[in-house]
Amino acid sequence: MTIKAKPERKPLISLQNIQKHYGEYHALRGINLEIGEGEFFSLLGPSGCGKTTLLRTIAGFEDIDSGSVMLAGKDMMGVPANKRPTNMVFQSYAIFPHLTVAENVAFGLRKSPLSKVEKAEAAEAALNMVGLSGYGNRAAHALSGGQRQRVALARALVLKPKVLLLDEPLSALDRKMREQMQVELIKLQREVGITFILVTHDQEEALVMSDRIAVMFEGEIAQCDDPEVLYRRPKTKRVADFIGVMNFLPATCRHEGGKKIVNIVGLGETEITEEQCPEGFPEGAATVGFRPETLTILYEGQTPTHREAPAMIEEVVYYGDMTYYDVKFDGVDTPVRLSMRNLFGRDVLEVGTRARISWSPGALVVFG
Amino acid sequence: MMTAGEKLRRFFRTDQGVGLLLVSPTALYALLLLAVPLIAIVVISFLTQTGVRDFAPGLSLVNYKEALSDPLYRELMLRSLMVSGSVTVVTVLLAFPIAYFVSFGVKPEQKSLWIFLITIPFWTSYLIRVFLWKVILGYNGVLNSGLKLVGIIDEPLTFILYNVNAVIITLAHAYAPFAILPIFVALEKIDRSYLEASRDLGESRTMTFLRVTLPLAAPGVVAAVLIVFIPTIGDYVTPKLVGGPGGTMIANMIQTQFLRLNNAPLGATLAVLAMLIVAVIAIVFLIVGYRAAGGGKKGGRG
Repeated sequence: MTIKAKPERKPLISLQNIQKHYGEYHALRGINLEIGEGEFFSLLGPSGCGKTTLLRTIAGFEDIDSGSVMLAGKDMMGVPANKRPTNMVFQSYAIFPHLTVAENVAFGLRKSPLSKVEKAEAAEAALNMVGLSGYGNRAAHALSGGQRQRVALARALVLKPKVLLLDEPLSALDRKMREQMQVELIKLQREVGITFILVTHDQEEALVMSDRIAVMFEGEIAQCDDPEVLYRRPKTKRVADFIGVMNFLPATCRHEGGKKIVNIVGLGETEITEEQCPEGFPEGAATVGFRPETLTILYEGQTPTHREAPAMIEEVVYYGDMTYYDVKFDGVDTPVRLSMRNLFGRDVLEVGTRARISWSPGALVVFG
Repeated sequence: MMTAGEKLRRFFRTDQGVGLLLVSPTALYALLLLAVPLIAIVVISFLTQTGVRDFAPGLSLVNYKEALSDPLYRELMLRSLMVSGSVTVVTVLLAFPIAYFVSFGVKPEQKSLWIFLITIPFWTSYLIRVFLWKVILGYNGVLNSGLKLVGIIDEPLTFILYNVNAVIITLAHAYAPFAILPIFVALEKIDRSYLEASRDLGESRTMTFLRVTLPLAAPGVVAAVLIVFIPTIGDYVTPKLVGGPGGTMIANMIQTQFLRLNNAPLGATLAVLAMLIVAVIAIVFLIVGYRAAGGGKKGGRG
C-alpha cells in the first residue's frame, strides 16, 4: 500500500515498489511512498536501514532492481543523475577543493543560458541566501565545517531544483552549530518552497525539522507520519523505542462488558481506547509504553491529576533545565524513566527517596 | 660539572638528538656521494686540462664559452630535450589511462595486486630490458620477423632501431611504472563524492572528468612528468645501446669528453649546463602545474 502525500499537497515524487539488492543483502524491500510539493520530508532510521540508498535512488546514483521513481510526473527510469531535477547536499559536502567558493556555487551553471555576469550574480545571491555574502573569493579549504555546508546548500539551490536531497547534512557539525543550522534550514525551506528530503539517524533532528517523517528499518518503512503523531502514537514497539525515550512495562489485557481493560504490573487497572492500541487490542499478555514526560513526581501536598502510584527513586540524572529520574514502582523490577522540569524553588530529589508518581492512562500506548 | 661524554649521551636522548642519529647514515651518504662529487664537478668545469692528469693553474670560463658556442653541443642538448620531452609525453599519456583504470575500474581489494603486477618489469635489470628491446626492434628482430612472417612487410623495417625512435620507445617502457604510480596515488586521493557532486550538478561523465578528475589529479601528473623527464634527459645506456649514431644524447657526449677525449673540464661543463637547464625547466613546470591544480587561489581562513 502506497503511503500517500497529504491531501493538501500535490504529489511531486512517487516511489512504487522499489527493490534493491547489494549482492545478497536486501537493501530496499518494496518502498511505496509519495512526497508532496514543498514538503520537508525526513527519512529516519538506524545505519544500514536503507535511508541513504533510497535518497540516492531518487538522486539517480543507484540502479534499482525493480520499481519506479516518478518525479514531477516523469518516469526517472534510465535518467542519469545529471539530467534529474534534483540536487544533493552530500554528507561530506563535496566542496571542490580546486575551486573558490564562488566557482563551487556556479559549478552547475555552466550550461545555463545566463551571461557570465548574471551567473556571478546568481552565485552571489545564493551565497547571500545562506549567509555567506562576500565569501566568493575564498578558497574552499579555508572554510569551516558550517561554512562548507552552507556552500553546499548554495551550490545546490542556485540551480533551483524541484527537490533538494540532504544526506545527513548536520552530522559533522558540533551540537550548537547543528541546532542553529536546523532552524536555518527550516527557514530556508519555507523561503524557497522547494521540497526537501532529509536523511538522518538523529530522531530529534527529524522531529524538529520535518513536516513528515518516514521511519525505516531493514529496508522497509515502519511508519510515516507527522512528528507529533509519530511521537505520541508510534505504531510499533520498535518505532516507539527508536523515537525518543519510551518506557515499557508488562501488562495483561481483557474485555469487560465492552470495555477495554489493561492491567499494568505495578500500576493497576485502567480502561483504554481503541486508538491507544495501534496493533489492535491484544487479548492477554501485552506491553504498555509511556513517555517520561507523562509521569510526574507528586511533591508534598500535591494531588494527582490522574492516577497515582508509589515508587522508589533509583537514579537521578541532572541536566540543568531538566532532571531525569529512574524510578521503580513498588512490585516492579524494571526501572522507568521520568522527566521533571527544574522549576524554581523545587529541589532535585535524592536517590533512595520514596515518591508518589502521577501517571496518565490516556498517554499509554499498548502493544501486543 | 658534567663531562663532555655525559653531555653527548644526554643530547642523543632528546628528540633532536635521536633525529640526528637516525638521519646521520643517510646524511653522510648524501654528503660523500652526492654533495662532494657535485662540488667537484662544478669546480672541474672551471679548469683547463693540459695533459693526461695536468691542469692549467687558475679558473676560467673557457669551457663554458666552448660549450655554448659549438653547434654540436647545442644540437646534442636540444636532441636530449626533444627525446626526454617525447618520452615524457608518451609515457604520461599512456600511464594515465592505466592509473585511471586501476583506481576507478578495479575492485578495492585487487588494487594492490594490479600495482604489484605493474612493477614486475622492475624485477629485470634495466640493462637487460634495454637489450631486449634491441632483440625486439632489430633488423632480424622479433617485430620484423613477425611482420615478415604474416606478410605485412617484405623488407625489414629499419626506422625502429638505432635511431631516436628506438630510444623513445625503450625509455617510455622503462619509465612507465614511475609515471603510473604518482598518477594512481593522486587519483586514489580524489574523494568519490566530488565526482557524484559534479554529476548531481548536471555534468556528464566526460565533463566531470575534465572539470573535476583531471584538475584534482594534476599534482600526480606533475610528479609523473618530473619523475620521467629529469632522469631520461641524462640517460646514457639506452642511447648507447639502441640509439645508433643519430640517437646520441648529451650524456654520451659527457662520457666521451671524460673518458675518450680526456677533457674532463669540458665534460664537467656540459654536465653542469645540462643540470641547470633541467632545473630551470623543472621549476617552471612545477609553478605551472601548481597554478593548474588551483594551488594559486587566493584565500585564507576566517
